[in-house]
Formats: sequence, C-alpha cells, structure tokens
Amino acid sequence: MPEKVMLPANFADAPISLWRRGLNAVVSLAAIGAVVLVLLPLGAVFGYLIYKGIGSLNWAFLTQIPKPPGEAGGGMANAIAGSVYILLIASSMGVPLGIGAGIYLSEYGRGTRFGNLIRFTADVLNGVPSIIVGIVAYGLVVLSQGHFSALAGGVALAIMLVPTITRTTEEMLLLVPQAVREAAYGLGVSRWRTTLSITLRTATSGVITGVMLAFARVAGETAPLLFTAFGNRFESHGWSQPTATLPVMIYTYAVSPYDDWHRQAWAAGLVLLGLVLIINILARTILSRGIAVPRS
Amino acid sequence: MQASAKPEFSVNIVTNLTTPASRETAAALPMRMTISKLNFFYGPKQILFDISMGVADKRVTALIGPSGCGKSTLLRTLNRMYETVSTSRLEGEILLDGQNILAQDVTALRRRVGMVFQRPNPFPKSIYDNVAYGLRINGYKGSLADTVEKSLRHAALWDEVKDHLHKSAYELSGGQQQRLCIARALAVEPEVLLMDEPCSALDPISTAKIEELMVELKNLTTIVIVTHNMQQAARVSDFTAFLLTGQIIEFSPTPHLFTTPSDPRTEAYITGRFG
Repeated sequence: MPEKVMLPANFADAPISLWRRGLNAVVSLAAIGAVVLVLLPLGAVFGYLIYKGIGSLNWAFLTQIPKPPGEAGGGMANAIAGSVYILLIASSMGVPLGIGAGIYLSEYGRGTRFGNLIRFTADVLNGVPSIIVGIVAYGLVVLSQGHFSALAGGVALAIMLVPTITRTTEEMLLLVPQAVREAAYGLGVSRWRTTLSITLRTATSGVITGVMLAFARVAGETAPLLFTAFGNRFESHGWSQPTATLPVMIYTYAVSPYDDWHRQAWAAGLVLLGLVLIINILARTILSRGIAVPRS
Repeated sequence: MQASAKPEFSVNIVTNLTTPASRETAAALPMRMTISKLNFFYGPKQILFDISMGVADKRVTALIGPSGCGKSTLLRTLNRMYETVSTSRLEGEILLDGQNILAQDVTALRRRVGMVFQRPNPFPKSIYDNVAYGLRINGYKGSLADTVEKSLRHAALWDEVKDHLHKSAYELSGGQQQRLCIARALAVEPEVLLMDEPCSALDPISTAKIEELMVELKNLTTIVIVTHNMQQAARVSDFTAFLLTGQIIEFSPTPHLFTTPSDPRTEAYITGRFG
C-alpha cells in the first residue's frame, strides 16, 4: 500500500513530543553547564586572589619600597612603577608596529607574497616561548648595553606584543565592509587617508580589544623579564637601570622562605590584576568614545 | 530642449545614439562625459565590448540590462572605481569635460565624479560628520554647517534629522541612510553623480523618495544610474542605454527606448520576455 504523503488534519495542533521536549531541555542544560564550567575557574582565580591578597594590601604596600628580609612591612611601590614603566616602553614600541603591520596585511599586502610571508612570520612569532624572547632581548639589548635595564624588558615585551596585535588588527580591518572604503574613495579621499580615518576608525573597538588582549598577556609575563629588566629592591632611575616588576616580584616572593613575603606576593598579584583592569577600562573609555560600530 | 545651457563642448557622440530621432533630441545637449571605444577586462575575461556613449549634462542617464550584462562595471569605469580590483584592465577613452579621466589623478577625479552605492554605506560617524567628512578632507574653506545643511536639504533628509545631527548615522533607517549617502556625495558638489542600483535594498516608500530626489537633482548635477528596475529607469531617466553581454544594444532617449525600441532584443527585455 502506497504511503500517503499528507499531513494529519490536526498537524498544527499536535502536541510536541516528549522526546523533543526532553532533548531541548537536555541541550539547554548542557549549554548552561558549559558556561558555568568556564566561569568557575575565572571566579575561583579572582576570589582566591582577593581572599589571599586583600589582607596585605594597604597604603604602605602601594607607596613604600621593599624592606630588607626579616623586617616586617614595606611595599612594592618600585615594582608597580617599574611594571607600568616597562609596559609603557613595550607599548610605545609594540602597539604602533603591530597596528602598522596589521594595516599593511589587510589593506596593502592582501594576497601578495610579501604579505603572506609577514603573516606567516607573525604566526610563528606568536608561538615562540616567552623565555626565548627573553634570551633574544638579552642578546640584543642587555649584552650591548652591558647591564640589565628597563629598556631590555620593554623590548622583550614589545616583541611579544607585535604578532598578536598584528594579526588581530588585520582580522578586524578585514571585517570592515569594502563598501565603506569605496564610499570614501568615491568622495575623492586617497587610499592612505581612507585607511586611517575610515577603515581603522570603523574597526577601532576591535583593534582596541586585540591590543588589550596582547597587553594583558604580556603584563603578567615573568620569564622574559628575569634576565632583561632583572629586578631591583630599590627605586630605579630611568630606562637604563635594572628595574623591579610585579611579575618578577611575585615570583621572587612566592619562592622565598618568608611568610610575610608570601602574603605580599598575593597582594602583588591582586595589584597586577587591578592594573591591567584599570588600563583596559581607561583605553576603552578614551579611545572608543563616540559611535558604536555594527558588524555587518 | 535646453539649448541655452552653455555648450562647453559638443561632441559627435550623438552619432552613437541608435535612432535618428534620438540624434535630433540629443544634438542640442552638451555632453558632460563621453565614452568611446571602451573595452574592459577582469583578468583574461572581457566584460565590456566596444562601448561608446555620451552622458548628457544635467540629465539622468540610465543603464539597464539583465544581471551580469556589465552595467555596474560600466558605471564603475566612470570614476575608475574598478581600480580596486588589481586584475582589471581598460582600453579606450573616457572624457570628462573633454579631458581624459585615465590621465588624471584618481582622487581628484573621484571628487568630481561622486558615487552612491547599492547598499547604504554611511561612515561610523555622526550624521553631521558623514556629510562634513568629504568637505574637511578636501580642505573646504566655507561654512561647514551651512554646506551640511544645504546638502541634507538637497537629499530631502534635513527635516528628518535636523534635531539630532550628532547622533550616529547607524541609527537612521535604511532609506534615510541612503539619502544620507546621497547628501554626503552631494556635499563635495560633484559634476557627475553615479548611482549603482541605489534603491535595490530599500522599501517602496524610500524608493519613491529617492526617485523623486533624482529628478530634482538634475538641476544640480549630472546623474548616471544603474538599475534593475525598468519602471524606475522609465520614471527618472532622460536617456537609457540597454546593455546585453557587455555590449550596448540600444541607447536612446528614454521615451523612445520604452515605446518604440529599434532592436528586437530591447523589446524582448522591456516586455519582460527575459532578464
């Protein structure tokens, strides 16, 4: 008997089967569960850091330099200043270079042999272990300068910033519709000017996100700073001096035998996190004010 | 017709019009742009074959034809927008005011030959800044605010946006965005305005507004429009070129083309037998 290809009369009113309801509930629950699992470690890190660190975080910690071992009190003012300083050096070199290379890849080097070479190099550089980057900066800057310095640390971190910023900038610019560029060309705007004032402007929030991700990553780097910026238990003066940084201080204090130092290491971790957060918020509010850009 | 308009250069392009009647009509008109013996290629593929036509000053010229006939490509040769595709190649001559556009600086050319695109593409800026942008970039010396207002009025958008000029252009509706793009193009006072299916992404009411606008803008500038919509070409244009597989089949004053087409293929297309 041939099967009738006809919907039952009450098709629209037929109840949704128990199986479909059940499957819907299971999949929804699984998705919610995955979100919880992802957020759990994040929450745990924040919570534990605040729990352990907040006790040792006080005004002296933020304003004083370390006391000699065994003496209670003191702070990490020099390391906080050093971290900010070295990140500033790294950003002033790495961010323009990375964004510039990203612009080249997306706007000028698309499909060219040289562009592909740069892209490949950036991807390889992205995968280089940070300690290797440290050794390179040691060879390039420390050896030629003759001593450890904030500059050497800045160079090491800059090398780490560039490939990430390059690739995210490129990706974000590629998302800008060609029609927006053509609109500018159509007004008699030259190519480079279109790139700077229209294409880059359209992708601003994405580019900032990329820069901030790279920045947050290098802010916590310890390995490349160990033998470039080295460390310093006192205030350091200027870019050519060995300079204390929060990650290196956390490392030094955490492996020390003193309980007091352990507590200060936790506080330093909290300060580092706060620092990244503040810079992130500042960058976003200052640079992406104005118009929200839809992705179409 | 408008014989009093200063005949800056009267070109023999008229002979390219396909019917004797249209030659008479067009003979009196000065040409703003002339295209002669244009062949165009993307890589090895030839898109346009031996195109010759004129663009009459202060008139609307429509390019119609089925998808893939090359009408958008032809439009994009007029401001050299095709150059964004690196494999493109052009042979022949395109004159603007008697000068070869291929020999000119491309940014200067595009300031004189503006463009409105298929989909509204405002910049991620405020309504005001969208219109002011082209002026600022081109070093405009006069009052920005006045020119912005004038341009928005010409684009029939002023009354709708005058109270929130500093809102993002993305908050406007699609039809308003397209009129903003027209205002943006008009602000730099182009001699020719190219419109590439400007209504294809819009609803009927917005389309009607923009069509009305095109007829009014004739006093201001010369318009070349590509359209899929034959009724639109019939309503707004003075001259229509019908293209098929990269060739001009017929180029006549619009009433002629739609009432007494001289080529059977034109007739087949406008009566809806294909395309």
